[in-house]
Amino acid sequence: MSYWAHFRVWRGDSDKGELVDYPAEVNEGEVVLDIIHRLQQTEAQDLAVRWNCKAGKCGSCSMEINGRPRLACMTRMNTFAEDEVVTVTPLRTFPVIRDLVTDVSFNYTKAREIPSFAPPEGVEPGEYRMQQVDVERSQEFRKCIECYLCQNTCHVVRDHEENKEAFAGPRYLMRIAELDMHPLDSADRQQAAQEEHGLGYCNITKCCTEVCPEHIKITDNALIPLKERVVDRKYDPVVWLGNKLFRRGEAANKNR
Amino acid sequence: MTEMTDVTEHDKTVEVHDYDVVVIGAGGAGLRAAIEARAQGKRTAIISKSLFGKAHTVMAEGGCAAAMGNANPNDNWRVHFGDTMRGGKFLNNWRMAELHAKEAPQRVWEMETYGALFDRTKDGKISQRNFGGHTYPRLAHVGDRTGLELIRTLQQKIVSLQQEDFKATGDYEANIRVFHETTITDLFKADGAIAGCFGYFRSTGTFVRFNAPAIVLATGGVGKSYSVTSNSWEYTGDGHALALRAGATLINMEFLQFHPTGMVWPPSVKGILVTESVRGDGGVLRNSDGKRFMFDYIADVFKDLYATTEEEADRWYTDADNNRRPPELLPRDEVARAINSEVKAGRGTPHGGVYLDVSTRLKPEEILKRLPSMHHQFKELADVDITKEPMEVGPTCHYVMGGVEVDPDTGMSRVPGLFAAGECSGGMHGSNRLGGNSLSDLLVFGRRCGAGASEYVDGLAGRRPAVVETDAAAAVDRALLPFTTAAEGGENPFVVHLELQKTMHELVGIIRKADEMEMALKKLEDIATRTRTVAVQGDRKFNPNWHLALDLRNMLLVSMCVAKAALERQESRGGHTRDDFPVMDADWRHVLLVLSALGEDNVEMVRKEQIPMRPDLLDIFEMDELKKYFTGEELGGHRADQGERA
Repeated sequence: MSYWAHFRVWRGDSDKGELVDYPAEVNEGEVVLDIIHRLQQTEAQDLAVRWNCKAGKCGSCSMEINGRPRLACMTRMNTFAEDEVVTVTPLRTFPVIRDLVTDVSFNYTKAREIPSFAPPEGVEPGEYRMQQVDVERSQEFRKCIECYLCQNTCHVVRDHEENKEAFAGPRYLMRIAELDMHPLDSADRQQAAQEEHGLGYCNITKCCTEVCPEHIKITDNALIPLKERVVDRKYDPVVWLGNKLFRRGEAANKNR
Repeated sequence: MTEMTDVTEHDKTVEVHDYDVVVIGAGGAGLRAAIEARAQGKRTAIISKSLFGKAHTVMAEGGCAAAMGNANPNDNWRVHFGDTMRGGKFLNNWRMAELHAKEAPQRVWEMETYGALFDRTKDGKISQRNFGGHTYPRLAHVGDRTGLELIRTLQQKIVSLQQEDFKATGDYEANIRVFHETTITDLFKADGAIAGCFGYFRSTGTFVRFNAPAIVLATGGVGKSYSVTSNSWEYTGDGHALALRAGATLINMEFLQFHPTGMVWPPSVKGILVTESVRGDGGVLRNSDGKRFMFDYIADVFKDLYATTEEEADRWYTDADNNRRPPELLPRDEVARAINSEVKAGRGTPHGGVYLDVSTRLKPEEILKRLPSMHHQFKELADVDITKEPMEVGPTCHYVMGGVEVDPDTGMSRVPGLFAAGECSGGMHGSNRLGGNSLSDLLVFGRRCGAGASEYVDGLAGRRPAVVETDAAAAVDRALLPFTTAAEGGENPFVVHLELQKTMHELVGIIRKADEMEMALKKLEDIATRTRTVAVQGDRKFNPNWHLALDLRNMLLVSMCVAKAALERQESRGGHTRDDFPVMDADWRHVLLVLSALGEDNVEMVRKEQIPMRPDLLDIFEMDELKKYFTGEELGGHRADQGERA
């Protein structure tokens, strides 16, 4: 059942690095992360890799496998031919710390820039009432395991360091959509999505949706609806006037 | 890249920070503790062994138990308390079980104010699901990814507190800061009280010290000492071992929960959790003969509470008030032992498990809705479509009931300033934890520890113990030891780790025998010598074999505690099953085995009596039930003996 695969793993740090070839034993049912662990236990003890749950639930072992952004724990070896070279490299969009581990602090910085859930005034803990059908939209986005594969793939930042300042990335634009669709959130978020978090940079090529290991329809269900809400607001003269006259009109507008 | 580095070249620089409260661990308990400490005005540091938001809490699938009574209005804290004590075979610290049952609903509702989105009932309240050992549907949940919802909600609450601080001070980290990928290797005391702690940053391998009068341990469990486990690499018993080395004590270490349903195939995923919700939602266990075998394994103490025929069991799903629950929903220890027996008797599946089948019980669309992540997990990792075919499952090391002995109300250990919450604390779950009681435990006692630590700091009135510099220097040397040893040709830490896991798995596993445990203790002595001399390749920058070399000493110390206590306890109860003492013994119910450290890699054990349960709590149970667990003289205070006091 077992065979020897040809692995090619990127080794190095922020200064320099290279692809190193390793022959690696593969057994039935194994995933790429198993092979990396076997290398650690044998000839590459100091090979750096992030991982935690090994079940596709924590989003730690993100890397690029034969050029595709993947979770190493969910990439089965039987998806490769036995004589195929398996090349494993770190996420390209973030600076390398060592080997397969990158500095993902960009994502934590962006997370902190998105205003948090704003609880409804006057509703005590235990008194929250929401219908299942209403929470389901946001629940889809809360399936996100923060693997950052979408952030890594999005062409707005993948090869454009200069856009990182202005663009929150799909994961955090989706977070805005999630809060905007939360039945009880009381903040207005649409204008800021466009003006402060770079929603306009997204030109809906759906690369983020394609790599999402949770199969969240990031573009169709989060980003496009958010764009539509922003546009509706901008061009609807009644809404525009309402917003000018009554500040509270914004909250009423949000759950259409 | 892999040449040896001479230890004399090592940078011994230590970055120093001052905080009021340092929380070690960024799972549910740690984050909830930090939120509370910050709410009490304390400058708080959170030490996260992995990236922020990746903690093992994400693996909790089924839900968070709280007697809110949304699904069945008969539920209340007394029923939840009773179920918890029954699940733990009455060895639980009853005060912790009481606080937990009373406070869990508030803690869950509070999560909604932080932005959590639980599944809903028809009238818009939080939906609650059935689970093993719980009398009523009690688990607040989000499909089968409840742990992820909790960790993300707490993470986002911390971010929102940081945003508040930013508005007030211009600094996000003014009052609460997360130290990502940081591991603590030593605690410091001065004059008997906590003074600070020491560790390293994974990304650089450089050292850090925190001067702090209060430390909350929230490091989770010990599963990585076993070969087949649902736990990730982080679960190396760090908090347990740090507490021991600081002079605190551990209790209940003989009680380990082997979750009945882990994946058994393919080998690389062996041990990964299959949520109990599968059974809660109608899944049944069958052996290779196709028989629903759990009906053969209803222990005497549970006889009145569980259905004895398949017909009654099936009726329960639609009419729980007039039927008894199916035996698939017995507490986890009972189900794990039953599966173990079936496999041993030759009625297992080809890969050494039993069948867990939901495909013949629910419609495919219902399975996809209620168990989406299980569907995904089996499809991707095992090529099994759970809407069409059964899963193969078997027991996996999942949770340690034992942990730091703490004061129930404040969470403080016997070391002043040292607190523990969540899985690394002991007592709450007795000899066996009910599913769903972990997420609620970490919210209830996380908050209590945050409050307890804050109150302790206030009580010091500014007189803070100062770290002794020689202790700090010793911590640096201990952390660098695996590099020193490298020059002398020590062993590969991965090899020693595999040996430790094999020893615990084979000799102190689900079913235990005296001679095997004696052999385990001998082997652990040998592993102790080898642990002291493991050697690492490479340098300090994100070097996994150095990290493992340091984690190994924690796993070793904890394993010694488990083996020693398991050998001592001559009965079977909850997560401790003795082949040579197969029966539960009321004379052991009130005995706690208390462990403390003897130097770096040895432990000693003493017996201690449980505090007798308060009479009003005793009165929650019927005398007939109590008699199954307690000795006669312990029950004098019960209402039945006092002519049903008013």
